[in-house]
Amino acid sequence: MSLLQKVGVSAENLEPNDGGKYIGKPISRVDGRTKVTGNAKYAAEFNMRTGILHGYVVSSPITKGKITAVNTRQALSQKGVVTVFTHLNVPGLAWFDRSYRDQDAPPGGSPFRPLQGDEILFSQQPIALVVAETFELARYAATLVHFEYEVKEELSVGLEQNLDKAKKPEKHRFPVPKPRGDAEKALKESAITVEEDYYHGYEHHNPMEMFASTVIYGDDDRLTIYDKTQGVLNSQSYIKSVFGLSDNEARVISPFMGGGFGSGLRPQYQLYMAVLASLELKRSVKVVLTRQQMFSFGHRPATLQKISLGASADGKLQAIINKCVSETSTFEEYTENIVNWSGQMYQCDNVTLDHQLVPLDLYTPLDMRAPGGVTGMYALEIAIDELAVKVGIDPLEFRLINYAEKDQNLDKPFSSKELRECYRQGAERFGWSKRNPKAGATVEGNNLVGWGVATGCWEANQMPSRAKAMLSADGKLTVGCATADIGTGTYTVMTQIAAEVLGVVMEDVLFKLGDSVLPMSPLQGGSWTMATVGSAVKLVCDELKGKLFKLAKKLENSPFSNVKEEDVIFSDSRIQLKADTQKYLTFSEVLQKSEVNYLEADTTSLPNMLEQNKYSRFTHSAVFVEVKVDKDLGTVHVTRVVDAVAAGRIINTKTARSQILGGVVWGISMALHEDTVMDNNFGRFMNHNLAEYHVPVNADIKDIDVIFVEEHDDIVNPLGVKGLGEIGIVGVAAAVSNAIYHATGKRLRNLPMQLDQLL
Amino acid sequence: MNKFTFISVDNPDAAIAELDEHDSPKFIAGGTNLLDLMKENVERPDHLIDITHLAFNTIENNADGGLRLGALVTNADTAWNVEVEKRYPLLSQAILAGASPQLRNMATNGGNLMQRTRCYYFYDTATPCNKREPGSGCSAIGGYNRILAILGTSEHCIATHPSDMCVALAALGAIVNITGKNGERSIPFADFHRLPGDRPELDNTLEAGDIVTSIDLPAEDFTTHYKYLKVRDRASYAFALVSVAAALKIENGKILEARLALGGVAHKPWRSLEVENMLAGSAVGKEVFQKAADAILEGAKGYGDNTFKIELAKRAIVRALTEAAGLEEQA
Repeated sequence: MSLLQKVGVSAENLEPNDGGKYIGKPISRVDGRTKVTGNAKYAAEFNMRTGILHGYVVSSPITKGKITAVNTRQALSQKGVVTVFTHLNVPGLAWFDRSYRDQDAPPGGSPFRPLQGDEILFSQQPIALVVAETFELARYAATLVHFEYEVKEELSVGLEQNLDKAKKPEKHRFPVPKPRGDAEKALKESAITVEEDYYHGYEHHNPMEMFASTVIYGDDDRLTIYDKTQGVLNSQSYIKSVFGLSDNEARVISPFMGGGFGSGLRPQYQLYMAVLASLELKRSVKVVLTRQQMFSFGHRPATLQKISLGASADGKLQAIINKCVSETSTFEEYTENIVNWSGQMYQCDNVTLDHQLVPLDLYTPLDMRAPGGVTGMYALEIAIDELAVKVGIDPLEFRLINYAEKDQNLDKPFSSKELRECYRQGAERFGWSKRNPKAGATVEGNNLVGWGVATGCWEANQMPSRAKAMLSADGKLTVGCATADIGTGTYTVMTQIAAEVLGVVMEDVLFKLGDSVLPMSPLQGGSWTMATVGSAVKLVCDELKGKLFKLAKKLENSPFSNVKEEDVIFSDSRIQLKADTQKYLTFSEVLQKSEVNYLEADTTSLPNMLEQNKYSRFTHSAVFVEVKVDKDLGTVHVTRVVDAVAAGRIINTKTARSQILGGVVWGISMALHEDTVMDNNFGRFMNHNLAEYHVPVNADIKDIDVIFVEEHDDIVNPLGVKGLGEIGIVGVAAAVSNAIYHATGKRLRNLPMQLDQLL
Repeated sequence: MNKFTFISVDNPDAAIAELDEHDSPKFIAGGTNLLDLMKENVERPDHLIDITHLAFNTIENNADGGLRLGALVTNADTAWNVEVEKRYPLLSQAILAGASPQLRNMATNGGNLMQRTRCYYFYDTATPCNKREPGSGCSAIGGYNRILAILGTSEHCIATHPSDMCVALAALGAIVNITGKNGERSIPFADFHRLPGDRPELDNTLEAGDIVTSIDLPAEDFTTHYKYLKVRDRASYAFALVSVAAALKIENGKILEARLALGGVAHKPWRSLEVENMLAGSAVGKEVFQKAADAILEGAKGYGDNTFKIELAKRAIVRALTEAAGLEEQA
């Protein structure tokens, strides 16, 4: 049987949501205790008893220009300062751009190479690494390194100030569909139209844990690297190609991550610098960035969308145009899927989409939770609301009238789409039928109350992944894969799947991840880990079952000598006859009687592309929001959210709910708070700390109700799951904006929607 | 952060004596602002003198019927002090509107007065700032200034004082007690902080070697009609865009006495005796509140990103006075 065929087989013991022992249950995190007791170690917390050196990064105060002189004398004169790395003394490293590429690098341009030249390309560019015996000393000595610059005064910063430089990207990671129909003509002929600009500025990921790499220099000259990353293999391959190392010479480990949100999809410069210093000094080195430096690399790009919609008088969409401009750096072309959603979400025969880039003097943008999706959907879903209001139809009803039964971008059916049911169940839970259609009509004391709805959507992809499993004679199962747990619950859900498939208790399963010696897995991102690694875990456990059964069958007086695998059940750590469950062998018995210490399986799970490509595969949601807006002061409070999500099979209702809660909170954050402020004179982000870069605090978050709508999907992957990493944030900002409109009659199209827009 | 030495002292004389031994010494109490500034290289003391063990750590009645707040009592202990809650609820409300519980547990009353501006440019040593480096220029004028001042600004600086507590202290007419090289003295709250003028590096009128020992609250009764209203970009843990401390004495619908101070709008808590006098004698009502709001914002100047604060401040004043007067229920 080929691997592809194997993947297509659905497991009989993975019944829909509530059928399994573990699958579909609200199971607490297997690593929860470890985390809350402080025993979970993060990249910066790995230490040696003695001898570890600390590197502190010096960041450029200028945005553009050249370094003309470096003076490290004063820093080096401090006792305990080991060395200062600058572009002047970094050894020759890999020359070709491809050596600096990584799995999430944009297809075009040249990845940034720290300390490899005198040119300054962006503010806070790392320009030196001070290495000392203590962190405090390195930090102090960093203030004693003196640079002189030739400053280029003319800067390209600010998207809106540089729209004239917009151009089509050479390679788009998500090619924009060709126009269908004639949108310009249909727009002109439409009875009702909306034509508006939607803008949001820069946002930074700001995970709680700072980026950090601890490089342990082994006696055998090999490196063990504890790195904050969403993919240990990505970090490893980057280090290998830049520094010319082999697999054995650089092992990357990342057991826990204090938040990723996409910021760990690319190897960050502290990894490069820590490895550089370690190799040069033949010492162990740790480099941790500061919160300020967390604003010195990737961000969600500032984006401007010009959307035009046309509808007939009875509310049928006639035309959709989305012309989008977003920013990238001067050295790489960062693209994300912003506009394609506009052609996919609703039934419409006339669609024109366009996406152009403006290069700015900034670091390259970086995937940030629901990259592109959250951007494209916020604008589209406000525009749809505006059109519904103009047509005079309830915005939820308007969405149902224009419901897309198939994906018109790709001209394919959906593998499953229970969005209609999301709308229905969400509306019912929220009480949407009681909504006063008039804007500005509901008053509570000083507050204006508004209700808004928006749609969410994200991809449901599966990638190739390997996994290996080992069952030992004491009945314990170890499953491993080089994936990550960025706080999403990977340890827990993979343990659940392994236990369910093999028929053992979760306590007997150990799932290992975050180590480059483990079997291949893609980056943890794109909401694909459940589908990808989950399928690999299921497959490898299925294979283990086959091997176990073969052994059992061969035993003397085996109760299974004349039966097939289909005739037995794997449950309670036993193989038992379906027909007579009193006839069984425990797994331990099978191994012990076979005189085998352990049984291993190692499998690669590949998506069934042949089948999957016939369909368009997406997760959907309907977000309902209530806001209260102070009529005089303009302060906005989100008092209630209902998010109804259709995401296939839900493996763990507890961690799944947490994922959606986190997404909704971030959606509220995007709507009302997050904004990295650029000073256009300096080309520098000014609010680079968590006092002034706002995310919601507890007092900003009230009721959030999550509904998982039942959805069966045999196409997306053998588990029937769709990821939940991004869907929770998508649509929330639009729902908030639509609710603000309903409350106040004011339409806000720029994020974040701060109170001055409402005065 | 630079290298520094550290010493704990147990009496004011020892603290002051330490100053002469070093180039750039600093007193430290709660340290909630100073440590941040040191990490950012904005403050670079070579010596820290820990004054947390000095005896200014009680809240006591004054003979004149007022209350004395020790400079080393924490913001949390002050806000939750029974006498403060009962006799100066406006102050309690203001303190609790600031920072977070963790910070209020560490921060002291003296330190609250001494905290420095949150201007983005003051915090970033890569940019010019007259307050941090006199003569280097003000980046906030013509730069990004959403959170900065609209009143009492100068061409050299548009920083704001970020305290909530101080806005209430200004409204209540507190007195700051000092000990220094030349003995003890007192400064009325209105004269403690200063406007930037051409010396924006000076936040207040303290002299080298001065230590704040306590803050006196006069024996006024603003326990019935008061409101501290803080308008900010999120529900907690954010500095005020605009805040209003309003306190009224009302009899038979007539205002006998009014106190009105603004935060988040100037280099110091902004109080206008003229406007307060205008309110006194008037009948309670939104029209007179609006008049007061317009009057106190007269001469306000916006710098682009922060221009909205002028209108916001007016609306916040009307709301705060309305709630203080009991015309609307307090939110």
